[in-house]
Amino acid sequence: MSTVAGPPRVTPTRVAVGALLRKELLLERRAGQVIPAMALFAVTTFVVFRFALDTTSVEGDVASGVLWVTLLFAAMLGANRLFVTDHEEGGLEAFLLAPVDRTSLFVAKATTFFTFLVVLEIVAIPAFVVLLLEPGLPVAALGRLALVLLLADVGIAVIGTLFGALAIQTRSRDLILPLMALPLLVPVVISGAKATAPILAATGAGALPGRYLAVLCLYDLVFGLLAYAVFDFLLDD
Amino acid sequence: MAHAAAIELEGLSRVYGERRALDGVSLALPEAATLVVFGPNGAGKSTLLRVLATLLRPSAGSARILGESLPDRSWAVRGRIGLLTHEPLLYGDLSARDNLRLHARLHRVPLERVDELLDAVRLHRRADEPVHTYSRGMLQRTAACRAVLHDPPVLLLDEPRANLDPGASALLEPLIGAESGRTRVLTSHDPAGGLAEADLVLGLKGGRQTFLGTPGDVGVAAVTELYA
Repeated sequence: MSTVAGPPRVTPTRVAVGALLRKELLLERRAGQVIPAMALFAVTTFVVFRFALDTTSVEGDVASGVLWVTLLFAAMLGANRLFVTDHEEGGLEAFLLAPVDRTSLFVAKATTFFTFLVVLEIVAIPAFVVLLLEPGLPVAALGRLALVLLLADVGIAVIGTLFGALAIQTRSRDLILPLMALPLLVPVVISGAKATAPILAATGAGALPGRYLAVLCLYDLVFGLLAYAVFDFLLDD
Repeated sequence: MAHAAAIELEGLSRVYGERRALDGVSLALPEAATLVVFGPNGAGKSTLLRVLATLLRPSAGSARILGESLPDRSWAVRGRIGLLTHEPLLYGDLSARDNLRLHARLHRVPLERVDELLDAVRLHRRADEPVHTYSRGMLQRTAACRAVLHDPPVLLLDEPRANLDPGASALLEPLIGAESGRTRVLTSHDPAGGLAEADLVLGLKGGRQTFLGTPGDVGVAAVTELYA
């Protein structure tokens, strides 16, 4: 056994992130608390939009707006659940006792959330195409749509994880998270919607507006670094 | 007993808003010794353990564990302490094996250690079932495995035998008992049992230190009076 004079032990961040990611995916496979809720919400919202807009198909700006609003609120649902199990079952405290850099939890949670968003979109995009989108989306446009979605997903995952960790320590986390995160996600939604609108136009998939992709890239970078820098303090007493 | 101080507290206080949960606790606990903390509910026992576990920052005073000052060097203490509380700190939808493997990876402990511990507490047969199906005693045994998985020199135990039958309690003795050779801080409401395993006894009431001494100096009467 170690003695008083034993050296401090610190686990490398990549090892800690790997362990936490494995746990997150295992928990979701066993309990399925996040992805089914987000996917069901998205599909249900598309159905509601279909009746609310009183139309069988949308295209261009409207289609893009419907898609992004739905994905954003589905993502909020996921972000709200991201730390619930850790908080309620004490996993967060057990993590805080481990000799690891606390930002490893941020990296693991953001990566998990990003993965959940990708799975959500694998379910939601086909549902959107079937339920709402004007027929005629070229297959070639899917690659461009995927690029926009992935860039936006990084920003949503970073903001959602950061504010999910903050909100879980408050009594009214269901209210706090959207109140804090949604204003910060407006640039992501605007850029995502503007970049997606030409792809979903009835006249055929248009070119990607480069400046909106650049905004998404910049946003991901800035908030990624910011979240990495402050996450440690969020977990502190 | 060795004489190097594993835990040193000087005027340690912790405040929650207006309430002083701990108020000026001072003591020195030698390496491999056992401190038993007595006190009624709300006396500050759990707060003391959480400060020592680096989960709470001291509001005033100083705390040193294994020579490292808290909270500045908390990072150097984590990984060398084990905490066993009323809450098992386990994921209910994961099995005992999955839970312990997670912590083995976080502490860089070989995964074989998980199987050794599950065998030691006789949980190997149900080790792959979700822990939310476990009885309270089984949860406590799994939590004890989590607390000692990384072989910490310091153990913080909040009423560790509260949910255990005598057989299960005996199973945990080599892991969390005096024979484990670790420096231990444990809370208890059992005057006779607590004094029997203590090297040093601390009484807390309303966050304040009411007595500190060896079991012989303190005696059962003083402990009993604490709960009056």
